[in-house]
Amino acid sequence: MLLREGNIRIPAGCAISGIMNKKGLLFSGDDIVKSIALMHERSNGLGGGFAAYGIYPEYKDLYAFHVFYHHSGAKEDTETFLKKHFDIKLSGEIPTRKVPSIKDVPIIWRYFVLPREDKLMEWGLAEEEFVVRCVMRINSNIDGAFVVSSGKNMGVFKGVGYPEDIGEFYMLDTYKAYIWTAHGRFPTNTPGWWGGAHPFTLLDWSVVHNGEISSYDANRRWIEMFGYKCTLQTDTEVITYIFDLLIRRHGLPLDIVVTALAAPLWDEIQRMDDERQELVKAIRAVYGSALINGPFSIILACKNGILALNDRIKLRPMVAATKGDFVFVASEESAIRAVCPQPDRVWAPMGGEPVIALLEGVEDIWP
Amino acid sequence: MAISLLTPEFIIERNDARCIRCQVCVRQCANLAHIYDQEEDRVLADDSKCVNCHRCVTLCPTRAITIRKNPLEFKENASWTATAIREIYKQAETGGILLTGMGNDKPYPIYWDRMLINASQVTNPSIDPLREPMELKTFLGRKPEMLKVENGKLKEKLPPQLELEVPIMFSAMSFGSISFNACQALAMAASELGIMYNTGEGGLHKNLRKYGKNTIVQVASGRFGVDPEYLNAGAAIEIKIGQGAKPGIGGHLPGEKVTAQISQTRMIPLGSDAISPAPHHDIYSIEDLRQLIFSLKEATDYRKPVAVKIAAVHNVAAICSGIARAGADIIVIDGFRGGTGAAPLRIRDNVGIPIEFALAAVDTRLRQEGIRNQVSLVCAGGIRNSSDVIKAIALGADAVYIGQAALIAMGCHMCQKCYTGKCNWGIATQDPNLVKRLNPEIAARRLVNLIKAWAHEMKEMLGGMGINAIESLRGNRFMLRGIGLTSREL
Repeated sequence: MLLREGNIRIPAGCAISGIMNKKGLLFSGDDIVKSIALMHERSNGLGGGFAAYGIYPEYKDLYAFHVFYHHSGAKEDTETFLKKHFDIKLSGEIPTRKVPSIKDVPIIWRYFVLPREDKLMEWGLAEEEFVVRCVMRINSNIDGAFVVSSGKNMGVFKGVGYPEDIGEFYMLDTYKAYIWTAHGRFPTNTPGWWGGAHPFTLLDWSVVHNGEISSYDANRRWIEMFGYKCTLQTDTEVITYIFDLLIRRHGLPLDIVVTALAAPLWDEIQRMDDERQELVKAIRAVYGSALINGPFSIILACKNGILALNDRIKLRPMVAATKGDFVFVASEESAIRAVCPQPDRVWAPMGGEPVIALLEGVEDIWP
Repeated sequence: MAISLLTPEFIIERNDARCIRCQVCVRQCANLAHIYDQEEDRVLADDSKCVNCHRCVTLCPTRAITIRKNPLEFKENASWTATAIREIYKQAETGGILLTGMGNDKPYPIYWDRMLINASQVTNPSIDPLREPMELKTFLGRKPEMLKVENGKLKEKLPPQLELEVPIMFSAMSFGSISFNACQALAMAASELGIMYNTGEGGLHKNLRKYGKNTIVQVASGRFGVDPEYLNAGAAIEIKIGQGAKPGIGGHLPGEKVTAQISQTRMIPLGSDAISPAPHHDIYSIEDLRQLIFSLKEATDYRKPVAVKIAAVHNVAAICSGIARAGADIIVIDGFRGGTGAAPLRIRDNVGIPIEFALAAVDTRLRQEGIRNQVSLVCAGGIRNSSDVIKAIALGADAVYIGQAALIAMGCHMCQKCYTGKCNWGIATQDPNLVKRLNPEIAARRLVNLIKAWAHEMKEMLGGMGINAIESLRGNRFMLRGIGLTSREL
């Protein structure tokens, strides 16, 4: 029998795409589906998914949990756990359409919740940290349950299938968001587990990623020192945790985080002025284990905006474009032109050169 | 005196047709194994004195000499092997502890040889070091858990770090255990390579102070040559608690080796025995170690990282956790195959644990405790080639020390007779006639060549794994697969 993701490490190739409106204007999921669908050949029908920001304005102060259940027992256990730790304001099944190619569908539920005050006191944690711990506990302790996303005013829609079919299945044309990211997966072998599809999320971080990182175990063993549990054995998971640690917990500015993840080469560092050199050296010395080595292109999204980044020697494709208040990033230029035939500017970012797009009036990607 | 029951270990074979009676062998052998018989105009040999160091073989202009293992057999006995019997003869004749030099030569499993390295195929590309940069630079020293950056500037400076161009350093070898020329060669090579060499417990000769940037000065239980100037002369300080070849015991440099130079450098009287006690007499506990670490930091104004070197022993993981918490910036773990200038044979061959297990256990333990960033780990003891280095780093080391490999590069032939002081290669000796055989420039060149060759090989292996910076290999155990290991060993 094939092992489920998390018990085995499965390399995968991929397509990624992201569209954002910097003014926060909401737009439907039609374009992102069109964009990722154009790169059909880059995935193999074994995983597709989307992250959307701004979709739940009426519940924007509540944590939106999207959860997969593989059997009703898992749902019961999880709901018992959720009731104990959260006030559930609203819950229900996530509406879907029947699509012939989408099979083995789990129970897909969503909850709008707030942590219970008494539990926060008891655990002595900030709200966000509390949510992180609870999500990790559900994912690692409750068999058959998987929290797909847990941020505010955002959600992830993913599954096994080509991304365009997944988009159709989740009726993304009926949602409106100001950031959409998408992922089409080409795993080399997988029993087709819905939780293994991308994007991967934590709080309102979501990551879509194309690549197979060679530094995986160095990154994993380092991040686990800080209390994260890498249950899926995927690159995307470990990358998400690294972002969360560096940005949210260590409070580092985004440019420093980028320098750690896709560090400049020593040749380049040697040419920097003394002060900069000292800083970058310190980053490489202290965060050497956070260096993501090997091919990747990623789009990190959160409520404030997106960051797109390539590995430092650009072993995976990534193209960016702008048109008015819109920013586009995709594995291929064609995927951008499919939805925006005449962009104002199109460019291929250099290895390690970030593309950062933030909402107007926001200073950094966090908080 | 009674006749010795020991038969020669080796026999010297001389092709008389080739021998031109030049007597190079006679002059070269400090053990006096070759004798020239003037009357018969023949070169004779006293096999019993031969240590198989290949000096005569290498220098014989007509290649007339071969050394063979003496084929003489004892009656076959699985328990009482020739070695076991010979050792008893030696002790019955002398009443002494059996001495030996260099690392454990017993056929214990070498776990480096039971690990294989990964490479990329299709799903991620391998990287060609001939076309792409491949980075080996490594920093040793305490790292904070996180950086604080304000307005694009570092808010707090990093604690002192050693910056290595290649994650390989030359292990501690004292002036006394090895010759001045050998020390100088190590210093010159380290300086050219941008790495470190280590003074061992021999003090720092005044002529070598100029290599301070590439020197780790050692403080061991005898405290030889230690004063504030010495502590400040190097780039880092290493407290030596133990050594892989002889865990739990001290050292002894006999008075006859304490020449004028050594007496000055070690700050001890001429001709006096230099005895390093088994423990430091001011360290009887982990809290005492902390005091020494901070005394040394005080003496150097917190400008130099302090390393603590221990032998790999059974409880090494817990000990290292204690050392990290005691304030060490670097921990050196020396495995049971580590070299030595002199060690009691029984200790060398039977005490300690394999470095591979020790390293894996320590790295795992420090990570479990969340304090791996507080210390750098240096792996020492029996590193033989670049793939051993790669495997050590993938297991969790930041860098490695090499001692025996460096000596071999300089010309050592592993005869394991360092303790006799008669090293024909000018390395482990203080005899001026022997020392001058080692040309420091040539030896340094050979050391530089060795490290450069290893660095090239490491880059090829890294590239194959799809990695272009050594820090992405550190602790990356996915890159290793065990072969022929039991599940417990894995």
